Amino acid sequence: MTSAAPTKDNGKRPWQFVIRLLAKLGLSGRTLVIAAPTLWLLVFFLIPFAVVCKIALSEAVIARPPYLPLLEWTDDGRMIVTLNFANFQFLAEDTLYIAAYLSSLKIAFFSTLYALIIAYPMAYFIARSRENIRNILLMLVILPFWTSFLLRVYAWIGFLKGNGVINNFLMSTGIISDPLPMLHSEFAVYVGIVYTYLPFMILPLYTNLVKLDGAMLEAAADLGARPMTTFFTVTLPLSIPGIIAGSMLVFIPAVGEFVIPALLGGPDTLMIGRVLWDEFFSNRDWPVASAVAIAMLVVMVLPIMFLRNAQPTSESV
Amino acid sequence: MRRSGLLKITTFVGFAFLYAPIISLIIFSFNKSRLVTVWAGFSTKWYGELFRDPQILDAAIISLKIATISASVALVFGTMAAIALTRFRRFRGRTLLTGMVTAPLVMPEVITGLSLLLLFVAMERMFGWPAGRGMLTIILAHTTFNLAFVAVVVQSRLATLDQSMEEAAQDLGATPTRVFFDITLPIISPALISGWLLAFTLSLDDLVIASFVSGPGSSTLPMVIFSKIRLGVSPDVNALATIMIGIVAVGVFITAVQLQRRPKA
Repeated sequence: MTSAAPTKDNGKRPWQFVIRLLAKLGLSGRTLVIAAPTLWLLVFFLIPFAVVCKIALSEAVIARPPYLPLLEWTDDGRMIVTLNFANFQFLAEDTLYIAAYLSSLKIAFFSTLYALIIAYPMAYFIARSRENIRNILLMLVILPFWTSFLLRVYAWIGFLKGNGVINNFLMSTGIISDPLPMLHSEFAVYVGIVYTYLPFMILPLYTNLVKLDGAMLEAAADLGARPMTTFFTVTLPLSIPGIIAGSMLVFIPAVGEFVIPALLGGPDTLMIGRVLWDEFFSNRDWPVASAVAIAMLVVMVLPIMFLRNAQPTSESV
Repeated sequence: MRRSGLLKITTFVGFAFLYAPIISLIIFSFNKSRLVTVWAGFSTKWYGELFRDPQILDAAIISLKIATISASVALVFGTMAAIALTRFRRFRGRTLLTGMVTAPLVMPEVITGLSLLLLFVAMERMFGWPAGRGMLTIILAHTTFNLAFVAVVVQSRLATLDQSMEEAAQDLGATPTRVFFDITLPIISPALISGWLLAFTLSLDDLVIASFVSGPGSSTLPMVIFSKIRLGVSPDVNALATIMIGIVAVGVFITAVQLQRRPKA
């Protein structure tokens, strides 16, 4: 009976003071808990998008800040709204942007596919191993995620360079005589994306596969199915939710990726995140950068919707 | 049997793929030569160079400050959001809050960075706050995406929590605030710690958003590393990477030991 007299020590609790103060202002704790994060996200997440939309519709000028206002008040009190759709028209007409969007989607799609092919056997193996080994392997999957993403991408530069680890090894063993040009290519971007996002593919697959009922596999085997047949008719269909969850976690960040194409990609590796960055930092064209951002969101919504819709039907299987 | 052997090999190759670059990074941080990929003998000179580089040290301090503050603020707001979404069944703006908590998780960083910068510029013109861009704007930006990550971590813990203890306390006459601080908070504290650590790591790791919203004199560690890498591979970056990997490895090891020791609930 340690808390026999709850009223006595109430005054000593620091939050009681805050609660009383809020009560005086007519706010309940409940209201505060809802309002505080909502307000924060409204100001720093939702309103910024309104600002992006606004600036995408304004005209670029060389000034600080480098765009013209949409609303102008004339001297006689009239308001003039200037909406400039030229930025979007520019995106549609310049083939660079369309090529960049398509190439981002292509790179993200194939990276997701490669990550799935590598991650599936790993997740399956981890899910099927004994519990103490399983925990160690899981920790090994998660560990790279806690180390700096930038430094892990950097590690690949040393690996793929002309005089890097891989080329040195291949040349010393005599397999090749000239270094392979691997860095600054689309190949390096694929390697970088698959490498970085592999844990995001393994973990949801593992979570799904570990729940797989062993009795089902035994039943299939008892009924005479060969291991391959069991895999394609039982295991794979049951793991579709895991595949979709993992694919979303890889595909979505890959589309907008900037660091990997900037460090590992070549000058001709077009990705939309990089185009937006250059538009903003090199060209200082804020309105076009904003238009690129809005178009990027629109382009991303379709594949996400597709994956989302695929989810519930597969869970009912 | 043959199939499981194949599985073992694929898994081994997968782990080699995950760890080989990291291991080579560590090995070549102790290389004497400036070339990061040709071994020329053991040396720790790059570590010495690293600690004499004021630019890196300043950036590291700025990054640690930003990460600590933004993770802590995000912990408070993110936990509030998680409580609101799991414990309050119906309130106005529920859909809005749900959407705003999930969206930052999938938002491309370039878009988040651009939109926050444009917001800060617009706010400065309208209210004069935040004046200029620097640590404050980076903290605000990092808190925003960290809030979402903390909310998701805490929310998943709250959703699976057995509520009978809370109900018992309430039946015995404890106020909702008291129930929260005396019962709920201690139970969810592991989730709070992992949420904070996740937020701290994400903030320490962010290059893109910080680049958009930072100002002169507030370069974070990833920004300094990025500009160094763009100029070419340099062994002191390897040394820095080794130190950071070492810290993480020790942290993960301690957590693993703690988890092993704790009796399973």
